[in-house]
Amino acid sequence: MLKCRRQRSYLFLSLIIPIKMKSILSLYVHIPFCVKKCLYCDFLSFPASGEMIKSYFEALRREIAISSQKYVDYDVKSIFFGGGTPSFVHSQEIYDTLRIIIKSFNVTEGAEISIEANPASAMREKLFLYREAGFNRLSIGAQSLNDEELKKIGRVHDSRMFYETYENARSAGFENINIDIMSALPDQSLGSYLDTVKKVIGLKPEHISAYSLIVEEGTPFYNMDLNLPSEELDREMYHETKNLLAKSGYHRYEISNYASTAETECFHNKVYWRRGNYLGLGLGASSMVKNTRWSNITDMKQYKKAFESAVVLEHKENVQVLSKQEQMEEFMFLGLRLVEGVELKKFQELFECDIFDVYSETIDKYTQMGLLEIYDHKNGDGSKEKWLHLTDRGLDVSNTVMADFLLT
Amino acid sequence: MDQSKIRNFCIVAHIDHGKSTLADRMIEKTGVLTSREMQNQVLDNMDIERERGITIKSQAVRMVYKAKDGEEYIFNMIDTPGHVDFGYEVSRSLAACDGAILVVDATQGVEAQTLANVYMALDHDLDVFPVINKIDLPSAQPQEVKDEIEDVIGIEAQDAPLISAKNGIGIEDVLEAVVHKIPAPNGDFTKPLTALIFDSIYDSYRGVIVFVRVRDGVIKKGMKVKFMATGAEADVVEVGYFGPGRFIASDELTAGDVGYFTASIKNIQDTRVGDTVTDSANPCAEALPGYKKVMPMVYCGLYPADSAHYSDLRDALEKLQLNDASLFYEPETSQALGFGFRAGFLGLLHLEVIQERLEREYDLNLVTTAPGVVYKVHKTDGTVFDLTNPTNLPDPSEIEYMEEPIVNGEIMVTTDYVGAIMQLCQERRGKYISTDYIEQTRAILKYELPLNEIIYDFFDALKSRSRGYASFDYELKGYERSELVKLDILINREEVDALSFIVHKDGAYERGRKMCEKLKDEIPRHMFEIPIQAAVGGKIIARETVKAYRKDVLAKCYGGDITRKKKLLEKQKEGKRKMRQIGNVEVPQAAFLSVLKLDNTD
Repeated sequence: MLKCRRQRSYLFLSLIIPIKMKSILSLYVHIPFCVKKCLYCDFLSFPASGEMIKSYFEALRREIAISSQKYVDYDVKSIFFGGGTPSFVHSQEIYDTLRIIIKSFNVTEGAEISIEANPASAMREKLFLYREAGFNRLSIGAQSLNDEELKKIGRVHDSRMFYETYENARSAGFENINIDIMSALPDQSLGSYLDTVKKVIGLKPEHISAYSLIVEEGTPFYNMDLNLPSEELDREMYHETKNLLAKSGYHRYEISNYASTAETECFHNKVYWRRGNYLGLGLGASSMVKNTRWSNITDMKQYKKAFESAVVLEHKENVQVLSKQEQMEEFMFLGLRLVEGVELKKFQELFECDIFDVYSETIDKYTQMGLLEIYDHKNGDGSKEKWLHLTDRGLDVSNTVMADFLLT
Repeated sequence: MDQSKIRNFCIVAHIDHGKSTLADRMIEKTGVLTSREMQNQVLDNMDIERERGITIKSQAVRMVYKAKDGEEYIFNMIDTPGHVDFGYEVSRSLAACDGAILVVDATQGVEAQTLANVYMALDHDLDVFPVINKIDLPSAQPQEVKDEIEDVIGIEAQDAPLISAKNGIGIEDVLEAVVHKIPAPNGDFTKPLTALIFDSIYDSYRGVIVFVRVRDGVIKKGMKVKFMATGAEADVVEVGYFGPGRFIASDELTAGDVGYFTASIKNIQDTRVGDTVTDSANPCAEALPGYKKVMPMVYCGLYPADSAHYSDLRDALEKLQLNDASLFYEPETSQALGFGFRAGFLGLLHLEVIQERLEREYDLNLVTTAPGVVYKVHKTDGTVFDLTNPTNLPDPSEIEYMEEPIVNGEIMVTTDYVGAIMQLCQERRGKYISTDYIEQTRAILKYELPLNEIIYDFFDALKSRSRGYASFDYELKGYERSELVKLDILINREEVDALSFIVHKDGAYERGRKMCEKLKDEIPRHMFEIPIQAAVGGKIIARETVKAYRKDVLAKCYGGDITRKKKLLEKQKEGKRKMRQIGNVEVPQAAFLSVLKLDNTD
């Protein structure tokens, strides 16, 4: 059991007059199709026929229209089309889908609307249509600019296609572009990896995601005999990424994410780490709204059937109402992924108890080891608040620290 | 009961030759139980025993058999433990019998344990008759086996019943043979009560239930009895017989009977196996021969994995001891492991059985330290003490010399492996005594071996070097002077008392090196480098290093990953929970156990 002193100001409570405030929501739209699966991919995605894709989008748009009715009190501040490979499907489907979202939900002015694109399929016309539909952020899966490396991880594009895609995106008017790159690939040397990083920097994207390859169970890589870089080399790649990007004006704001300015940090992804509400639409998409997590079913036939008739069939699974304890755990292990970490006062506000009543032992232990740090976080108005974050060393071994924030 | 209608006997056999199955069939045939009521093997009623195919606690069962001569006979079958650790208990069980059935596998013939058990039975003046089991198997060679029994053991075997216990063939012949070949008891009703305790168990309602064989006199409800070795006295509350799986109360037990009594005895230590029970008011002149107090041979530290469970461990040990007078324990404290117990066992198997029962029946998570034997330490001031915990070894300057226990070991092995086994014994500081060939292909090697060389992985090594063909038996010979040193293990420069142990001077380096290697594999990478060192008398003799890990991070965690990633963190935390904190280092429990199994063949 967790100890927790209730600290509540009853005087205050009685003075508050309830004002109907609009809640905030983010939307994730899942496009579970791709040309072929990459060897390391553990997402829900598969190749499909044109027929199947067409009927999927019909179902998806019905889901959007139906689900949106439950969220009339929510302002949508970000939308993210992910996959799979959203750029793999006909761009008209994407266009229609975003339009119906904008029609059905209260999407706010200036909302961040992203889509993922693969250089092999994101043709010039598609990118223009995305802009027209309302997308204002593009995330390009480059992974590497070394063609041999790309082949080894089973990507369908090469570096030439990537450069084209990037140029087309700019000319289509995308002013906020992310480039995904990967380190610790099979047979990758430090030199070839840094070469990719430098070339990416040269393009001046607003955002860079740099992932270290994780060989997940259930992927083809898991059963392959790979020549992966040593732990030491892997870390060197990670550290060099940070150094190089810092020199070029990119700041790291999450374990694997870098942005050129505070404004170009990915709003949508920060919702996940800050535990904001998000609604997942499409096959297998995950949601968390008001501390309940669930995901859509992953069987395509059942999914389509669920939205076929006027009566919507059950399409949620793994529904989990998070206890206060689970919320605390998530607050910590998700919040600590962010370089700025978590605000101590925020914990108090959310859970009505002091963070040290729950976590003093863990915080003390790792602070002493130099993996965690409490620091003064400057607010916009010059005032300061105490925040807790992982140090650089702590970020490298963050699992060890995060595991200790679990309470059971 | 007319003594001439009683038969008290046991079944002896090599492991897997079908002892328990035959017992089951005999119980079935005598009609006390229907087939449906039969547990698979009635006598072996503990899970662990069944899993390992061995019998640990001796038990008895009473059967009523209507023989071909028209008379009803009472059969008391006493089951004996089948392992060398329990040699003394076997001896007491045999002492309660008048005869024995020897089961020999028609496909395997005479085996090492067959011999050991038969000789033990003959030593107790039991009449032994053989039965040949598994005759239904295609590879059965009943005639060859009969000849072998006569040649090797020297008992009449030509008219041995040919049976298949599994398929119920020939069981009737065995029952008839019991009537005709096992002698009836010849006790005297009129003499003062003299009864041998061959086992006892604890029942939470009735207290200790004492299993006895009445030699002379009568024991009945209400009389006051005395335990001659311990001097304890008690009033008999109930007497009775052993039904299969239950107790059947009766008025009295008389000379020749086998049965039980209860007397509101709370302490099983008062009812030592081998002790003699007599009438307090009219005691017998002298106790039955052969009683000895069983002393633990092997000691180890038992600690709860989570120190919060110390009192649970204590309660569990208390309960186990109620049923096991040979289990000894006392509290001790380890710097590395916190509060726990030093426990003494009859042997390594006994240790493993207790450990498993604690984990299984009491749901405890244990850390066990390296088992050690009892050393005699002669100090310079002339005093001598028994050392059961290596950490209590005084400073070398205070030690005149030390002695260690030596056993007489007998290894039966097929001649192909004699060389390999002799080499093993040599490595274990064995002193060669003799080789006896029992037939052309088999020999018995006799060695004197230090007990501390055989308590780790000797059995495993024996089996692997003989492809399973060697069997081993030993008994304590006595203490001999030896050059012993204490080997300490340091993890991250901290001495881990739980890993210290006593070793012969010549083996210290080798052992230290292997332990460091093993620990290096068992201790996971930490956020810092961890030196693992072995030291004798403060001098480092071996070292390994666990490198620091650099990476332990999830690169991606987005909206669809959160539940899954949390499970990963939970798994990681669960893994850590099973570890022991030593200084800054988390040591998995497996590390404490793995150092016991330093296989010498690699």
